[in-house]
Amino acid sequence: MSVAKPVNQRAWWLVLPVLVSVAFSALIPLMTVVNYSVQDILSPSQSVFVGWEWYKEVLRDPELHSALVRQLIFSAAVLAIQIPLGIALALSMPREGWRSSLVLVLLAMPLLVPWNVVGTIWQIFARADIGLLGYVLTQMGFDYNYAQDPWDAWITVLVMDVWHWTPLVALLAFAGLRAIPEAYYQAARIDGASRWAVFRHVQLPKLRSVLMIAVLLRLMDSFMIYTEPFVLTGGGPGTATTFLSQYLTQKAVGQFDLGPAAAFSLVYFLIILLLCFVLYNFMKNVGADEQQGRSA
Amino acid sequence: MARIELIDVAHAYGQSWALKQMTLSWSDGGAYALLGPSGCGKTTLLNIISGLIAPTQGKILFDGRDVTALEPQQRNIAQVFQFPVVYDTMSVYDNLAFPLRNRGWKEGEVRKRVHEIAEILELQSDLPRRAHGLAADVKQKISLGRGLVRPDVAAVLFDEPLTVIDPHVKWLLRRQLKQLHQQLNLSLIYVTHDQTEALTFADRVVVMTQGEVVQVGTPEALFESPAHRFVGHFIGSPGMNFIACDGAPPRIEGVPISTSSTQQPEPGATLAIGIRPEYLQVHSLPGPNRVPAIVTSAQDQGTQWMVQLQIGKRTVWSKIRHTSEPVGIGPAFAYMPPDKCALYADDRRVA
Repeated sequence: MSVAKPVNQRAWWLVLPVLVSVAFSALIPLMTVVNYSVQDILSPSQSVFVGWEWYKEVLRDPELHSALVRQLIFSAAVLAIQIPLGIALALSMPREGWRSSLVLVLLAMPLLVPWNVVGTIWQIFARADIGLLGYVLTQMGFDYNYAQDPWDAWITVLVMDVWHWTPLVALLAFAGLRAIPEAYYQAARIDGASRWAVFRHVQLPKLRSVLMIAVLLRLMDSFMIYTEPFVLTGGGPGTATTFLSQYLTQKAVGQFDLGPAAAFSLVYFLIILLLCFVLYNFMKNVGADEQQGRSA
Repeated sequence: MARIELIDVAHAYGQSWALKQMTLSWSDGGAYALLGPSGCGKTTLLNIISGLIAPTQGKILFDGRDVTALEPQQRNIAQVFQFPVVYDTMSVYDNLAFPLRNRGWKEGEVRKRVHEIAEILELQSDLPRRAHGLAADVKQKISLGRGLVRPDVAAVLFDEPLTVIDPHVKWLLRRQLKQLHQQLNLSLIYVTHDQTEALTFADRVVVMTQGEVVQVGTPEALFESPAHRFVGHFIGSPGMNFIACDGAPPRIEGVPISTSSTQQPEPGATLAIGIRPEYLQVHSLPGPNRVPAIVTSAQDQGTQWMVQLQIGKRTVWSKIRHTSEPVGIGPAFAYMPPDKCALYADDRRVA
């Protein structure tokens, strides 16, 4: 015989504060955007229901397509450069003592600078007339001008992002490396493993979960990049460095197309969600693929 | 296999000596236990033998050849660590093959050798599996296998390898190690702070404390004639009784005590008589080698009495088998059989 437990619904009151705060911080704003995305807002007090209209328009918008392609190339470049560079930095950092602390402080500095200041720093740093970088490049005979040449603008935005965010990857990887017990290195020495073999079979597998976080963070952040290119190039020259969020802002704020902008936001949100989902599942299986190994 | 000699080896971390100067030799094919409390320098000594640490001073010889400057992989040492070290992303087969592939062996020879070792360690059915999810005892066998897979292993070093193993598997694994020792005639050095593990595993036990080797001997010698007070305390439960005494001939509470020590102690040394609780007897009448004492408690432990006595201000223990008379609380005489007690001068046994 089991003793009947008292059943009541009082526990719901305990989760109520969380539900309310989630509703106000996420659900209600999101539903407002959903609401906008299916209406044509003529004035603050006048709107017409238009159904899928804005979604169709957004998905057919050639400017959006090119912004998306630019965005994908940018994020891919960010990951391809920052992840290996961050790991390399972490591997070459001093592991302990005052040198280690010094390097950690230096690495953390770009992360402490407000994003619009990062844009401003590089905007001045890269100018050919008064900026150190731009001046030096020009004096060395390069025809460098990020305000006019799309290629130069691209490179400058990318280098700025590498400067700004590679330290995050390096710090994460460094923390991951520090967590590897000494015995692994000792065993590898006894087994006669080369430096590369130690990296490939000890360090990289142990960094897997940390790197997964680094990749996801960098993907999401780079996909939503706005402030720095806005300050540095303003999305130009032309639309050369106009990425998705900047295009969205132009639409929503600049042209006051609230309906299409809302539809665009939701599509944007779904793209990021989908990319993270795919990447996460891909990375979860990277190590597991080796399960079979080269067995005889 | 090799005879390992340490000549005047010492090691310091910064200013403090973790290992005081020592000269030791480990014979070919012996099973040694390196026993001592945590932080006494056991692991440092082990890592000096394997080459993971270069000693601050001294030389290491393998079969007379100076290997002090050689890297671990050149010394042909197998080492098993406290926590299992396996290459997670590799299969068990690849783990075992790893040291051979690093030496540039051909795949055919690698396969032959890996299967040989897997058979000895009973790992054959695990070979295709990924090393990551295996139980701790299997992982320890893999790390042992990675050492054994190289031919002509000079010695196998264990650094408290059973720490993370479940108790019921511990016995099995320890027995398998002993069999392996007999089968392959390996030189084994086994670091532990557990006296039972050391005494059951090894032919010879090296006892260390505070960076110093205080005795090397058979388990029996460590029990019967500890060379140092530390060995007396550390081995046995409870440890050896040490009772402070005066001058030559030694006296406790005015009673002259004859001991197994025949030499004279250095003048001025602090003297004590050492006797194991197993040999200390309790009598009701006085006699030679009987010191007046007060029995303060006697616990029945099933097969024996654990008797606590007070000699002067000093507390001593006696273990008395159930076959003899029960011991009453109150005044009595503690009898120390002359052949079972020894004189200790400044912590060291007087011969």
